[in-house]
Amino acid sequence: RAVAALSAARTDAAIPTLISVLAFNNPGAAVVAVDGLIQLGSPAAQAILNNLDDYNYGARAWALRALAGIGEPAALPLLLSAAREDFSLSVRRAATYGLGRVRWADLSESDRLAQQQQCYETLKLCLQYDPEWVVRYAAAAALETLAPAATQLQSAIAETLNRQAHSDEERAVQARSRLAERRLAGGV
Amino acid sequence: MSEAGTPAEALTYEQAIANLRQTADTGDRYYAAWWLGRFRMKQPEAIALLIEALDDSLDRAPDGGYPLRRNAARALGKLESPEAIAPLIACLQCEDYYVREAATQSLGELQATVAVPALLKLLEGGPEAIAAIPGKPHLTQPADAVMETLGQLRATVAVPVVQAFLEHPIDKIRLAAARSLYQLTGDDHYAERVVQGLSDPKLQRRRSALMDLGAIGYLPAAPQIAQTLAENSLKLISLKGLLDTHLRQQTPEAIAELDESAIALMDLMDGLL
Repeated sequence: RAVAALSAARTDAAIPTLISVLAFNNPGAAVVAVDGLIQLGSPAAQAILNNLDDYNYGARAWALRALAGIGEPAALPLLLSAAREDFSLSVRRAATYGLGRVRWADLSESDRLAQQQQCYETLKLCLQYDPEWVVRYAAAAALETLAPAATQLQSAIAETLNRQAHSDEERAVQARSRLAERRLAGGV
Repeated sequence: MSEAGTPAEALTYEQAIANLRQTADTGDRYYAAWWLGRFRMKQPEAIALLIEALDDSLDRAPDGGYPLRRNAARALGKLESPEAIAPLIACLQCEDYYVREAATQSLGELQATVAVPALLKLLEGGPEAIAAIPGKPHLTQPADAVMETLGQLRATVAVPVVQAFLEHPIDKIRLAAARSLYQLTGDDHYAERVVQGLSDPKLQRRRSALMDLGAIGYLPAAPQIAQTLAENSLKLISLKGLLDTHLRQQTPEAIAELDESAIALMDLMDGLL
């Protein structure tokens, strides 16, 4: 309840406390803290990035989830490497999803195109090769949200989703890929 | 789904077979049996060796149990081998509780309806007969696993037997009975008893309600699953269970269409990523 009150206060002064809650191993409190951090936006993202080394993997997953929700472009290198390489599937899942929710308007146009290309390539790898269904599922969802902002990549994204909708070993990933593909085509 | 992923000691198929054949190192045999199941090694040689291991008496635990038999019984459930069914049914008589439990679960995974009479025997005597054993962390029989497997096997003959366990003094057993009865009868009010577990004050109870609902694929629980105070990873597994069940019940054309229920489930899942 205290965490909820802090989150609702929407003040930057709450940031360090909210970040510390992520390490409590209390999922209920962490959900509320993540929501609070997302509301606070960029300053919260900066504080999370500055503290990241100190977390255990559970806390890192929640931190990545907050960064993903904020869409902070400064977090992109971290999201890209976490999506590909983190040993924890919860971290890869959150990072992958976050790659589809970057605030692209905050980047210059030339920077944006290069970064979107990187996001797409990483998401494609995650969708096709991650051994965990939930990471592949998150990659399909992220490609859906990346596409409208990345017009130059839309046909490649549609093709990648279509292939996965027919080939993934899990029905749920097939279905999510198909849903993304249909939404991009304006079908749903 | 393990969180960190086991940094599995790299075995090859040949090494695993050799490790299971030798008898000098019980640890290597135990690990090899697990490994063959984990990596779905369905070669006839692997299956034959695992079936042999169900009779092993060399590997004994301090509690008198048979660790290798337990692992072999678990592995055989993952290998889709009908030859394993009769030997696993024989394991239901083993003096080791955990061997009986593993065999029960594997018979469910193998869809072994022929095992139903032997499974029902484990519930003989009704709720009164299934009780705690002083000094042991388990009951006289793995009744929860047995009821779950009977549900999975759609053994409607078991309905009256399982119904009696709705009044068992241990809540874990009562929930297993409700879950099983939902699978056997399709009656929502049994599933709603499982749904109540989502708001239990104990996190462990909420987690097992999530897993149970995912396993039975009870669609009306979706919004409550998404709201449960528990890890997102567990909620996602639970909702995936609902989605899988829902998609399995449809024709390929309907799956390609993606109906409203499927889309609503995926929207809930997206919110937990």
